[in-house]
Amino acid sequence: MSLDVARIRKDFPILDRTVRGGRPLAYLDSANTSQKPRQVIEALTEFYERHNANIHRATHELGEEATAAYEGARIKIAQFIGTTDETEVVFTKNVTEAINLVAYSIGNATSGAGAGRLRLAEGDEIVITEMEHHSNIVPWQLLCARTGARLRWFNVNQGGLLDLARAGDLISDKTRLVALSHQSNVLGTINPVSQIAERAHAAGALVLVDAAQSVPHGLMDVGSLGADFVGFTGHKMCGPTGIGVLWARRELLEEMPPFLGGGEMIETVWMDRSTYAPPPHKFEAGTMPIAQAVGLGAAVDYLGEVGLEAVRAHEHDLVRHALAALAEIDGLRILGPPRAEGRGSAISFTLDGVHPHDVSQLLDDRGIAVRAGHHCAWPLHRALGVQASTRASLYLYNTHDEVDALAAGIQQAKQFFGGS
Amino acid sequence: MQQLESMYQEIILEHYRRPLHAGLREPFDAEVRHVNPTCGDEVTIRVALKDSSGQPVLADVSYEALGCSISQASVSVMADMIIGEPVTEAMAASEEFLRLMQSKGEAEPDESLLGDAVAFAGVSKYPARIKCALLGWMAWKDATARALNARDDGPHSDGDREQL
Repeated sequence: MSLDVARIRKDFPILDRTVRGGRPLAYLDSANTSQKPRQVIEALTEFYERHNANIHRATHELGEEATAAYEGARIKIAQFIGTTDETEVVFTKNVTEAINLVAYSIGNATSGAGAGRLRLAEGDEIVITEMEHHSNIVPWQLLCARTGARLRWFNVNQGGLLDLARAGDLISDKTRLVALSHQSNVLGTINPVSQIAERAHAAGALVLVDAAQSVPHGLMDVGSLGADFVGFTGHKMCGPTGIGVLWARRELLEEMPPFLGGGEMIETVWMDRSTYAPPPHKFEAGTMPIAQAVGLGAAVDYLGEVGLEAVRAHEHDLVRHALAALAEIDGLRILGPPRAEGRGSAISFTLDGVHPHDVSQLLDDRGIAVRAGHHCAWPLHRALGVQASTRASLYLYNTHDEVDALAAGIQQAKQFFGGS
Repeated sequence: MQQLESMYQEIILEHYRRPLHAGLREPFDAEVRHVNPTCGDEVTIRVALKDSSGQPVLADVSYEALGCSISQASVSVMADMIIGEPVTEAMAASEEFLRLMQSKGEAEPDESLLGDAVAFAGVSKYPARIKCALLGWMAWKDATARALNARDDGPHSDGDREQL
C-alpha cells in the first residue's frame, strides 16, 4: 500500500505556490512546522463560520456544538495515541507548555502539599539527555533551581545515539524523573524509551517523553511506550499552531496540583481557597484554543485516512534516498544515524567550509525550504563539536524530486562559497 | 540567483574567505563576546584605544568570529574600515550601517561613510540575515563603550576585562 503522493500534495494548497520569484516550493522543513491540508483549514473555517462559541459554559445551541467539537477532538486524539481514556488527554498550547505544566506542577507539589512521589527535595535527581530540544532542558533547569534537585544527563556519542553504558550510574534511587525525547529533532535518532522507562520505573522514577517528532509520524502507543507523561504539539502533525497535548496516566493527573489557575479549572472558589475540577479540565484554565483543538482533531482524522503505515513507508523510502544522495557529496557530514533503519526523517548535516546559514540561503534561492542553526538543541551541537547544522526534514507530501533538488542545491552551495 | 548574488557580493565572499585583521591581539581596553541566539554565531571583539589630537582613536580592533559568511565578512570589513579611525567617526559609520540594515533594501547608502560596507545593502532584504551583518558592529559598539568607561574609571588592569 504505497502512498499516492501526487494526490496527497493536492490536499496541501501551499505546495502549489512559488517562492523567490517563481520557483516551485520544495518544503523540507516539516520538523519545524508541517504544512496544513485543506481538510484541516476547512475544519477551522467551518468551526468559526458555523459553531463558534465558548465551551462548557455557554447555555445555548452554539455552545453545545462547540463543546461537542472540542471534546470530540479530545477523543480522536486519545485514539490516535492509543488510549481509550480521553480524560488522560490535556490540551496545552504546545509541547513546551506540556513539559512546563509537568515541571510547574511538580514544583507546586514540592512547595505545597503535593503527593509524595511528586515532591522534590535536595539530593533528588532529574535525568535528561544531551540531545534534548531546549524545551526539554530549560524547564528542568528551572525546576532544579526552585527545588534544590540536581540535573543529570545522558551523553550522546558521535554516532548520534544515547550513551546507555552510564544508565546504571545515572538512574538510581535518587532519580525522581527521567525526561527524554522519543525522536531527536536534529538527528532523527529514535531513542529506546521503553528500555529506559523500565529502568526508571524500577528505580521509582517517573518518565516524561517529548514526542513532538514521533507522534506526527504515527509512532505513538502510550500503552506500550512505558512513559508516565507524553507531550506533543499539533502544528508538526498537519494541525494548527497554538494547540498541543499532554498525555499522562489518569492517577498522576489526579495527584498533580494545577499549573495555571483561572476559569474553568475549578470546582468551587472561595475568597481564600479553591477546589479543582477533575482532570483533564483541572489543567485547562481560561478559554482554550478551541478551534485549534478541533483543527487538530481534523488533522488526526486526515492522517488516519491517509494511513500511517503508508506514511511511514513513504518517509522511510525518502530518507533512504536522501541519505544515499547526501552521502555522495564530498565534505558533507550527516549528524546522527547514517542509515534509514530505525531513524526518523529529520536529516541534519554540516558541509565543510560552508556555514549552514549560507547553505540554507542558497537553497532558499532555489525554492528549497530547510532550517539552519542549532535547531533549539545547542548542547547537542556542542557535544557533536559543531556550531550549527542544516536540517532537511521530510513528511508525507515530499518527493524524490525534492530530495534530488536538495542534493543539487548543496552541490551548488559548495561551488558558490568554496570557490577562491 | 540574481537576487542571491545581490546579497553575496564578491567583496563579501572575499572577506569571508580571507578575513582581515582576524585574531585576538594585545593590548586591549575591553573585550566582549556577543552571540546570535537564533543560530549560535558568535564573535569576540577587543578594542584598544589611544588618544590622538585630544580625542579617542581606535588603535586596534581585533576579533575572533565563528559564523556564516555574512557575519564573518561584516566583522572583517568593519575592522578594516575603523582601525585607526577616531571613535566618533566609527560610531557615525556604525549608525549609518544600522540604518542601511533597517532599510529593507530601499536605502541609498552613504559610501563616504561606509566604504566597502555598502556591499551589505542586499542583506537588508533578508530579515533573517540582518542580525548576522550587525553582530560584529553591535559587539564593537559594546566593547568601545566599555573601553571608554574603563578609561574614565582609571587605568586598565586585567581585572577590568569585561566579558559577557
